[in-house]
Amino acid sequence: MSERVAVIGVGWSGYRPVSPELSYKELMYEAAVKAYADAGVDPRTEVDSFVSVAEDFIEGTSIFDEYVPDQLGAALKPVHTIPGDGLHGLATGVMLVKTGQAHVVAVEAHSKASNVLSLPEITAYAQDPVLNRPLKLNSEFIAGLEMHRYMHETGTSLEQCAAVAVKNKRNALNNPLAAYGANWILDDALNGPQLAWPLIKSQASDHADGAIVVVLASETRAKVLSDRPVWVLGAGWCNGAPSLESREWGTVPYITKAADMAYRQAGIDNPKEAIKFAEVDDTYAYKELMHLEALGLCGRGEAGSLTEEGMTKTDGKLPVNASGGSLGMGHLLDASGMSRALEVVLQLRGNAGDRQLAEVDIGLAQSWRGVPTTSGAVVILAN
Amino acid sequence: MTSKIKNFPGTPLSESDFTEGKVLSIHDEMRPQFAWDTGIGIGSYLAALKEGYLLGSHCKTCEKTVIPPRTVCEWCFDPMDSYVRLEDTGTINTFSLCYVTWDVQRITEPELPAVIEIDGASPLHGILHKLGEVKPEDIHIGMKVQAVWKPAEEREGAITDILYFKPIKEAGS
Repeated sequence: MSERVAVIGVGWSGYRPVSPELSYKELMYEAAVKAYADAGVDPRTEVDSFVSVAEDFIEGTSIFDEYVPDQLGAALKPVHTIPGDGLHGLATGVMLVKTGQAHVVAVEAHSKASNVLSLPEITAYAQDPVLNRPLKLNSEFIAGLEMHRYMHETGTSLEQCAAVAVKNKRNALNNPLAAYGANWILDDALNGPQLAWPLIKSQASDHADGAIVVVLASETRAKVLSDRPVWVLGAGWCNGAPSLESREWGTVPYITKAADMAYRQAGIDNPKEAIKFAEVDDTYAYKELMHLEALGLCGRGEAGSLTEEGMTKTDGKLPVNASGGSLGMGHLLDASGMSRALEVVLQLRGNAGDRQLAEVDIGLAQSWRGVPTTSGAVVILAN
Repeated sequence: MTSKIKNFPGTPLSESDFTEGKVLSIHDEMRPQFAWDTGIGIGSYLAALKEGYLLGSHCKTCEKTVIPPRTVCEWCFDPMDSYVRLEDTGTINTFSLCYVTWDVQRITEPELPAVIEIDGASPLHGILHKLGEVKPEDIHIGMKVQAVWKPAEEREGAITDILYFKPIKEAGS
């Protein structure tokens, strides 16, 4: 149980608003081929177990596990699908290695959001069918309620939320994977159609298609296979109760708990000092601020002003979403967290190109499963 | 076990208890809508069906020809990027007689799903389709069959561009 776990390979396909030239299987195959080449492993002989992250209701296929093996090189090998975010999948892969069940594990997450023609209705089916759904509200009302209460409790302004969107859209311009980069100014992120006041469309991410595969290995195998392993120091996850009637609207305690679990594993007492950069969920601009506070990377109510002051820019003290985040890259449904883990790996290996951060040795990736959930995960990676 | 019990203890529920609102429940209908981008492999297959022929793909490493075509070999994980035109004839590997329809209606004339190993493809590689122009009692494993196509102007690039497979008259029969 004591052996460390490393990321020894990463691969991706996308990200783009639509991908009509590829089936979801071909999207996954492209990411898998790159990841296995990066890791230097043959999936047919050297990968012991495979994990895919998928929600049947999003895929439009019941028991999606069945449609996974071919394109991952996993036919007639141990493979299972978990409904969760990519970081839940990564945590599952880590456990497979830690328990000794496998030495090398491939974890896959993907989004074919462009093929989910009634995505708002699918999301609405995450609402309580008896108490909430009969009110027939677009699920983004939940983000509006949360954003309003968060701003009320912390004094965070709409301009501070807008600063997140501007930063992430601009960061995305340096990321060839990003689908929604733009050279925005504050006005761009403060204007546009309302979604669920105070949330406006320009502060909400658009969807993208893409796939990511990560290859994990035990310390013993990693040292043989890789000359630049990235170590998984911690992986935590947590869910709150689903009630919209009695949740803590102004805070996200499940993110704090997930982070505490990961920090504990990593032996981190002071995340503000230890974490050098972070990739956090920004499905909506205000969520990046909420999440930074919940992760203990700044004080309660401080994230907005620190963002305005530039702390979270790529040249700031704590770069946040150098990738462009979901606002800049596009929201990848349950692959969103995996795209963040990918970015942390690329940054740690010095493979982040024009967006490469200077001298980073430990980074954090965090995910949230979107409205109406109170479900999140945190992974800490280091050289 | 329970068939021997004439009167169950307790208070029974009838359908009217629900319809009259004595027992409260919520009814909702789902409207999930999806598309599937067919991509390179299956997209090529469907385009061939529209033209009226069958397309497979070949793995040079495993020396296998499969149908429908794929972009990756399931066995060796190499790309499968060479495509081959196949016959629209084959041999029944297995079949069933289905007396309940897709939308759960009982029928007396069975539907006839079959797996047909296509001529030119490697053994065990075939098409799942239905059989037609044949009596259920005459079907047998190993029977030679051929595709019956929709008229060209009605084909749209779908598996239903083949109507069904029918037996090939064997010499002397």
